[in-house]
Amino acid sequence: MLITCPYCGARDAHEFTYLGDAELIDRPDPAGPEAEAAFHAHVYLRDNPAGPHRELWYHGSGCRQWLTVTRDTRTHAIASVVAAARPEVAR
Amino acid sequence: MSRLAQGGLIDRAKPLQFTFDGKRYSGFAGDTLASALIANDVRLVARSFKYHRPRGIVTAGSEEPNALVELRDGARREPNSRATTAELYDGLTAESQNRWPSLAFDAMAVNQLFAPFFGAAFYYKTFMWPKAAWEKLYEPMIRRAAGLGRASELPDPDHYDKVQAHCDLLVIGAGPAGLAAALTAGRAGARVILVDEDFRLGGRLNTENVEIDGSAGLDFVAATEAELRALPNLRVLTRTTAFGVYDDTYAALERVADHLAEPAPYQPRQRLWRINARRAVLAAGALDRPIVFGGNDRPGVMLAAAMETYVSRFAAAPASRLAVFANNDAAWGSAFAAHDAGVTVSALIDTRADVSPVLAAKAKARGLRVVLGGRICDAHGKALTAIDIVAGGRTERLAVDGLAMSGGFSPNLQLTCHHNGKPVWNDDIAAFVPGTPPPGMSVAGAANGSYDLGDCLREGAARAVGALADLGIAATALTVATATLNGTAVSAFWHVAEARTKAFVDFQNDVCASDIVLAEKEGFRSVEHLKRYTTLGMATDQGKLSNMPGLAIMAAITGKSIPETGTTVFRPPYTPVAIGALAGHHRGKDFRPTRLTPLHGWAREQGAVFIEAGPWLRAQYFPRGAEKTWDQAVNREVRAVREGVGLIDVSTFGKIDLRGRDVGAFLDRVYINTFSTLAVGKTRYGLMLREDGFVMDDGTTARLAPDRWVMTTTTANAAKVFQHLEFCAQVLWPELDVQLTSVSEQWAQVAIAGPRARDVLARVIDDPATIDNGAFPYMSAMETRVMGGVRARVFRLSFAGDLGFEIAVPARQGEALARALMQAGAEFDITPYGLETLGVMRIEKGHVTTNELNGQTTALDLGFGKMAKKGDFIGKVMAGRPGLVDPDRPRLAGFKPVDPNDRLRAGAHFIAVGAAATTENDLGWMTSTTWSPTFGHALGLGFVKGGTARIGERLRAVDPLRGGDVLVEVCNPVFFDPEGVRLRG
Repeated sequence: MLITCPYCGARDAHEFTYLGDAELIDRPDPAGPEAEAAFHAHVYLRDNPAGPHRELWYHGSGCRQWLTVTRDTRTHAIASVVAAARPEVAR
Repeated sequence: MSRLAQGGLIDRAKPLQFTFDGKRYSGFAGDTLASALIANDVRLVARSFKYHRPRGIVTAGSEEPNALVELRDGARREPNSRATTAELYDGLTAESQNRWPSLAFDAMAVNQLFAPFFGAAFYYKTFMWPKAAWEKLYEPMIRRAAGLGRASELPDPDHYDKVQAHCDLLVIGAGPAGLAAALTAGRAGARVILVDEDFRLGGRLNTENVEIDGSAGLDFVAATEAELRALPNLRVLTRTTAFGVYDDTYAALERVADHLAEPAPYQPRQRLWRINARRAVLAAGALDRPIVFGGNDRPGVMLAAAMETYVSRFAAAPASRLAVFANNDAAWGSAFAAHDAGVTVSALIDTRADVSPVLAAKAKARGLRVVLGGRICDAHGKALTAIDIVAGGRTERLAVDGLAMSGGFSPNLQLTCHHNGKPVWNDDIAAFVPGTPPPGMSVAGAANGSYDLGDCLREGAARAVGALADLGIAATALTVATATLNGTAVSAFWHVAEARTKAFVDFQNDVCASDIVLAEKEGFRSVEHLKRYTTLGMATDQGKLSNMPGLAIMAAITGKSIPETGTTVFRPPYTPVAIGALAGHHRGKDFRPTRLTPLHGWAREQGAVFIEAGPWLRAQYFPRGAEKTWDQAVNREVRAVREGVGLIDVSTFGKIDLRGRDVGAFLDRVYINTFSTLAVGKTRYGLMLREDGFVMDDGTTARLAPDRWVMTTTTANAAKVFQHLEFCAQVLWPELDVQLTSVSEQWAQVAIAGPRARDVLARVIDDPATIDNGAFPYMSAMETRVMGGVRARVFRLSFAGDLGFEIAVPARQGEALARALMQAGAEFDITPYGLETLGVMRIEKGHVTTNELNGQTTALDLGFGKMAKKGDFIGKVMAGRPGLVDPDRPRLAGFKPVDPNDRLRAGAHFIAVGAAATTENDLGWMTSTTWSPTFGHALGLGFVKGGTARIGERLRAVDPLRGGDVLVEVCNPVFFDPEGVRLRG
């Protein structure tokens, strides 16, 4: 599988580490109402879609950037790869 | 049934000697083992899997179900090697397999007499009683009877390589379609890789007598190969099978040295290619398929296309009197080729009532006897001696010693199914053709159901043009004006109903037509059930020959069409791949890299015994003099530190440089305690949680300048913590000014500990005044110079719990630092110590490590509850869950045996004195234990309900697995210097 890193170009998936659902970008407000329920959902509850899935990958053997990859879980086709670090794009 | 006097693509000037079952034979360069056996008139080459029936060579390719042999001997012996693809080399040795005592007389052939018991799923039905007999009697018996050769039990002496390649176009198959595709793309300047499993390019052109633009097919191959090999943008890989399509990646196996007696020095035996191809053209051709009739498995019966290959390419005649049995035109071409090469063709039997007049005329011109609308119901002889022909209501016996059969062609579309593509039935050619190939793949030629030579060439060229157009590369299709017309005009025919003897569908797994009838009767009608119930198509050939006839017979019984009956799923690999090739160099000690610290050479000089700690090789202890056991060394090392001074390599710790305005605020969010208040020149212990509230890691972080910090992590979590911090900095809080760099490899780090530690460091550091207790108290940090100008970072820390310093220098200075410290400490008898001693001293001091930071413990569990600050940090909210703050949760405490002679064991569970040792009464467990030379008895750390509130209480430490039951006293986990006097001294 190839992942086209926005910094390094198309690279083999071996260079990357998978973390999980890109929902992890949105850490709940610890001071907000129902913070415990929000954190519980943040830590444990995940959708498991058959289809496009936004997920976090770390280019550990490359530029060390965290990336948001949109991947179809049925075909592994990758629709987009953007830096998770750029909030205006990644979120 | 011998070598023909002329012709063939063999080098008669290069004779090669080989042995089969111990008997010597000779062949020529260019032969396969199969062609050489045929040329030597060896017809019986194997015994079948279940009935031990005599079997001969059926095909001339990787689809061979019968001619499986043990190739080579000793450590290189490989069972189930296909004689049809094994290239002959001088000195080759092969043994037939699955026979006893000999191939000619196999005692297990009596199985045939019991055939009624060995039908479909016989082992599910026959060996049911008594139950105990299955493991002891039936299974070993079946395994011995049904084995497919013996694997060498010696270590594989060969190397296997892996390589990654990228290309615009991957062309799979170098027959006419593949050559046309490769040439078209190569001329356009695209980066092309052409692979073929054969050792010659050309595919069917090596066999068929055809013309392309007025020249012989072989001349076209030679000219094309010359041009391809001259192109710098094109790579030709022969002996290479593309066996699987993965995500963006094609996997191919190159048999680099399998055609040699053994690989040259440093040459890999096989090479696994991972090919990232932007586009691919599958031009894998098609396979001739058998017809199901009585005795169709007898040695001497082979596929018509294979027969033609042996005659034309290898000049080896598989028979002296040959019959041909077919349902298509292609087999007539094979019959003509055999006749023209001097083989007697006694009859040409076709199931069709009519054939084209052109074909009939060609047969007539050769004087061949043609039987139209006929079929062969049975074949006879241990090796074929006669056939029964049914035609016009009469049965005729004909004496022949060879039979070429052809039931039409099945496209090699396996690779199109590896992304779940479903084949589509094409009634015109009575075959499945590719449905939806994987993204970027197109199919050309016979693999696409186009058999005519001209069509193959045009389609190959057109697919290449189309693929390159997708990539924005303009290409001009190779043009072919004329090519020999050679379609197949197949008419579906699968099974001779009149057969009176066993008619085989799957040769390798001995599945007969009658087994399919039985499976259907017993309700196993779905094609996937049929496969598993009868084992049809489950052998090493994965049903390349058997799937179609099996499917057709099931369709006929159930009254459904073939597409309604379905087809089984094709999965990688296309042909078997040795595990060694998948492992590559990653085996034994090379399974993963071994990491050595910058001080490794020094530790070796000091006589260290090393231990694997994750990927690291670390000094475990340093035996001296007459010490015989590790604990003698460790006890000495511990005493040396407690009474004098010791030195240990701690370079394996993770080290992270943090820079930026907001590092303090950042650390406040990732550690449970506060760091933003840390003064420059100070270091602090910190505990890091995961977001779920459990402890992830611990370590110290020092502030070297207002915006420059350095963190240490545990050895095991170095990579994980760095990745986590990158996530926090880049993703969670991109607004913070924090830059992270891993410097674990850049700094060597040495800890010195013991009452004399300062005296030693004072002789190595350039300005000794800076390490006075007043100037540099406990938990200080500074950047300084040692050994006359060497850059260093010095930290006043001790994991051992004594007066201690950690000194970091650039990695290449690490050994020099260790030597300088040893020299400076000589008068105090400075003692190098290893991981074991560190482990003893950290328990004496109550420091937690991986045993306690096991991913299931919280800060509260570890006694760090008070460290947590008010504000937010990672894991704060979840750590406050009721279950995690339950006072009844086991918490860290120390333990010592009431009888100082008792030993403690990690893993023991705590039970109240007088209570039964049951799960209900479980109070916690021991995590770490040691014998302490400082105290003269055992010490332990563990988690117990109530934790340190139980200090002074006595409990049982029960270890039922190892029969331990020891009375222990709960203590403060900090046994050694609990007030920290020595630490601060």
